[in-house]
Amino acid sequence: MSETATTSGPLIHPGEWHIHYDYAVGDTAARFFTELRDNMKVYARRCPSCGRAFVPPRAYCERCFVKTTDWVEVGPEGVVEAFTIVYEPFDGLPVPPYAVAYVTLDGASTALANFVTGVDLSDPEVASEALALGSRVAVAFAGKREGMITDFHFELLGHNK
Amino acid sequence: MPTKTAIVGVGQTGYRFKRTDVTIQELAQDAAAKALEHAHMEMADIDAFVIGVAPDALIGIDNVDRWIGQALGVAHRPQLRVNTGGTTGAAAAQAGYVHVASGMFRTVMVLAADKVSETPDAQWVLNTAMDPIYERSLALNAINMCSFQAVRQMSQYGVTERQLAAVAVRSRRNAAANPYAHLRDPITIDDVMSSRYVCWPLKLLDCCPRSSGACAVIMAAEPQAASSPNRPAWIQGMGATSNTIYMGDKMGPGRDTDHADWDELAIAAASAYERAGITDPLSQIDLAEIYAPFTCTEIAAVEALGFCAKGTGGAMGEQGMFDMGGPMPVNPSGGVLSANPISATALARVAEAALQVMGEAGEHQVPGVRRAVATGIGGTLQFHTCMILGDDA
Ligand SMILES: [Zn+2]
Repeated sequence: MSETATTSGPLIHPGEWHIHYDYAVGDTAARFFTELRDNMKVYARRCPSCGRAFVPPRAYCERCFVKTTDWVEVGPEGVVEAFTIVYEPFDGLPVPPYAVAYVTLDGASTALANFVTGVDLSDPEVASEALALGSRVAVAFAGKREGMITDFHFELLGHNK
Repeated sequence: MPTKTAIVGVGQTGYRFKRTDVTIQELAQDAAAKALEHAHMEMADIDAFVIGVAPDALIGIDNVDRWIGQALGVAHRPQLRVNTGGTTGAAAAQAGYVHVASGMFRTVMVLAADKVSETPDAQWVLNTAMDPIYERSLALNAINMCSFQAVRQMSQYGVTERQLAAVAVRSRRNAAANPYAHLRDPITIDDVMSSRYVCWPLKLLDCCPRSSGACAVIMAAEPQAASSPNRPAWIQGMGATSNTIYMGDKMGPGRDTDHADWDELAIAAASAYERAGITDPLSQIDLAEIYAPFTCTEIAAVEALGFCAKGTGGAMGEQGMFDMGGPMPVNPSGGVLSANPISATALARVAEAALQVMGEAGEHQVPGVRRAVATGIGGTLQFHTCMILGDDA
């Protein structure tokens, strides 16, 4: 495992990728994001076969492989199913600390991810206790909404295990 | 009936943080040359190639399999790329096995190489593998997706951070005997517990490193395999499952598997066990090489493989069940926590399991191995593979 040394150490060529994309979200996600942006509501898409209410909404039920049909409003409150508190900085990702949780909104069959606010993250032990699974959260909308998943986040309501 | 197939040669470069002395295709050449030498074969003896390459942006070369293939001198023979994220190397082994077991090819080289350390942005790259519409802007990456598993294990089963730490300590202890491992310095429970939180509850020492290295495995059909100068490691069973990319679908009331568990790996294992005639894994398997990039993932895996009951993997590990010399040695090589050249990581599990069956694992050889299991996982814990290797066909 010898490292070949030149007089000034290994020869390194830098590289970088800058690639721009414009993702069309499709009609199903567009309806979801439009409701977030214009009406501050969260909608799930229900499978007519198994009855699951999917958030984020999908055009097809990925279990039954049939087209989903009805839109059903879910939330605005829900329960924490999993969370993490990120303390490590990663290039290209937000400045830590921040908390991300999966939350089952009332009436939904699946859990939806988003950032959680309203928790002091400075002490990991205290913060993780506050966010414990089973905690209740509510959807809180941003003042300026752009039809993105970040138009809302979760706000901790209090422990209700 | 599938053609009986065995691994007859293994080549590993050894895994290190950086390899500034070689390009990625030169790394691949070194692993291939070692595998050929081990198998007492020449490149002309190989009928087809399966090359595992995980997401391109991890190394910043688009479709590097094109470079690797030509570097191996594949001319006039088939070459196929496989990519299933972290599972890549094991999925490549799965594809290689099907190549031979189908009767279409007598010999196949399965090879994977990576130089993940050439970008500091691996977690950013893995973030780009998330749904760009619904989830990417939520800063999800490979570490926090496993944190979601760990926090559910802690809540549902009472897994403790000390139990997680015990996995890391054992991995390093084993790695000390494996010259190919990247991280070989012993660590203590206190070292792990006092390391900084990366994504709570996972701390720095609960996490795998970023490594560079390559691994190659040569598979051959009977009778070529039976006449190998090495003891062949016969592929007795293979299973694989896929599931949703949406982790939230494995948490809400509509879930049919749970993100805390690896019910998907249990399905893959059931398929592999059935083919291998295994009904009691604890007594019929001698060791496991498990793809566990984080401590919590190993706990889910030992349960899914049927070594202990669901919810008990953490406690059993803490009590020494998976130590060298214990009832079921797990990751004698030191595992993924001691070396993670992403594309090659899951293939290294297959290679190490094969070496154990061949009796050639060196200082970390488990005595008297007749059968070993190797697993792979990838995606948002969505792809799972399980391969059984044994000393008879
Ligand atoms: Zn359905």
